[in-house]
Amino acid sequence: MVEGSVALHWRRYPERYSLIGNHCATCKTDYFPPRVFCHNCRRKGKLIVKDMPRTGKIVAFTEVFVGPVGFENETPYFLALIDLGNGVILLTQIVDSSRDRIQIGANVKMMFRKIQDNDKEGVINYGYKFKVTE
Amino acid sequence: MVKKMRSVSIIAAGLSKFGENWDESYRQMIAKAALEALSSNVVEGKEIEAIFGGTMASGRFIGQEHIGALIADQLGLNPIASTRVEAACASGGVALRQGFTAVASGMYDIVAVGGAEKMTDVSTEQAAFALGGAGDQETELFHGATFPALYALLAQKHMEKFGTTEEMMASCAVKNHHNAMHNPIAQFHKEFSIADVMNSGYIASPLKLLDCSPITDGAAVLILCETSKAKKLSDQAIEIVGSGQASDSLALTGRKSLTQLDATMLAAKHALAQAKATPKDIDVAEVHDCFTIAEILAIEDLGFFKKGSGGTASLGGETEINGQVAVNPSGGLKACGHPVGATGVKQAAEIFYQLNGIAGKRQRKDAEIGLTHNVGGSGATAVVHVYKKA
Repeated sequence: MVEGSVALHWRRYPERYSLIGNHCATCKTDYFPPRVFCHNCRRKGKLIVKDMPRTGKIVAFTEVFVGPVGFENETPYFLALIDLGNGVILLTQIVDSSRDRIQIGANVKMMFRKIQDNDKEGVINYGYKFKVTE
Repeated sequence: MVKKMRSVSIIAAGLSKFGENWDESYRQMIAKAALEALSSNVVEGKEIEAIFGGTMASGRFIGQEHIGALIADQLGLNPIASTRVEAACASGGVALRQGFTAVASGMYDIVAVGGAEKMTDVSTEQAAFALGGAGDQETELFHGATFPALYALLAQKHMEKFGTTEEMMASCAVKNHHNAMHNPIAQFHKEFSIADVMNSGYIASPLKLLDCSPITDGAAVLILCETSKAKKLSDQAIEIVGSGQASDSLALTGRKSLTQLDATMLAAKHALAQAKATPKDIDVAEVHDCFTIAEILAIEDLGFFKKGSGGTASLGGETEINGQVAVNPSGGLKACGHPVGATGVKQAAEIFYQLNGIAGKRQRKDAEIGLTHNVGGSGATAVVHVYKKA
């Protein structure tokens, strides 16, 4: 993670806090993170802000035993690709879920959590993690 | 487009030692690799008209940017044009393609292509952070992704869809460590069994320590020349008969498929079409095995083996030096080492040795057509070249 870049984190608050992406009114494609222009329609696209679904299914997962700088306190942890069901796949941590329930195809929902607090400027980064639901 | 291009050949290659080169700096390694390339006496140095140098993260590794000028200065080649090329772990392969393009276009007759990375001057954590820059900082690394984790996700999908096993993946590492035993510049001269790989600890499940390529210092240099001139200068000229490059989403989340690297497939398609060759024609290949699963993906996506059968082929010995196709005779990234910016150039150097029949005990018998495959990040850049004796 880039350290000391307050503006970088601030710019991303809508996505990380509320899973806000966008949607092309012309071709009906959802984008997360939001795009500046629609990659299907180019200049003819009409992008509008849209909330992403806060539930999805695990596509793939891994348990990380050697984490990057800033993740020492939570290693080992689970990372997964989540299919939100609207054509969007995101990468996130899976938390608050027993190991045997973290499986391909498991249903998950979004949680709001602290991601990192090792920033040199003291920024505490929050964002989405997911947990397995019934 | 292709019709108007001139033919380009490699006329010399040089490599530094790959490994933890604590007694050598970035600039010493690239100069030594260049000296070795020049010591073949095909060119003195003053004939070189331009330089293309691949380096991924020298700013983070050694605090040095402006690598193009540094290389020209260290090689005593001022004032010719010298350009740094960056495409993460594919920096070297893309630098080669830039050099190829520059000669093919007619702009230059002779150019030098270099690649180098000095990775052990920083801690392992800092090196991992620098390498992380090959992925998507905002949507992957922020959430705790590492490179082993990204490839672990690809591995899990391959296992789920095709029944690939951890033993199959391990067999790539075992074979590459075996090949590296005969490569004097390789980082590791140590053999492992499948059980050794299986018993090495998990880094990101299902990938274990011995599924992962190491952190390495190293440099590689090639001299490229227009082919008719190349044949006059050297009887070792190796023609680059095909070159392909493709891009894909920086993050894994944007990929159409998680069981293949589309950029590899496209780059290979273009390179092989230009070479008028098929995957079956390839005798020897250096592929991008940053992780063992990456070698399995590569040998499938390059068309050597049917999709889903790469693991079985590897475990069955079909990628050994005398198998259907010799894959990574140098030891690959896994055992020869992976100084990221140098890797793509080193791969071409190995094919130069193989097609000239001077690869010693790791020589593929009667190797006539070779291929190199270099990947940036988790597959966002792929570059493929095809070679034959000029």
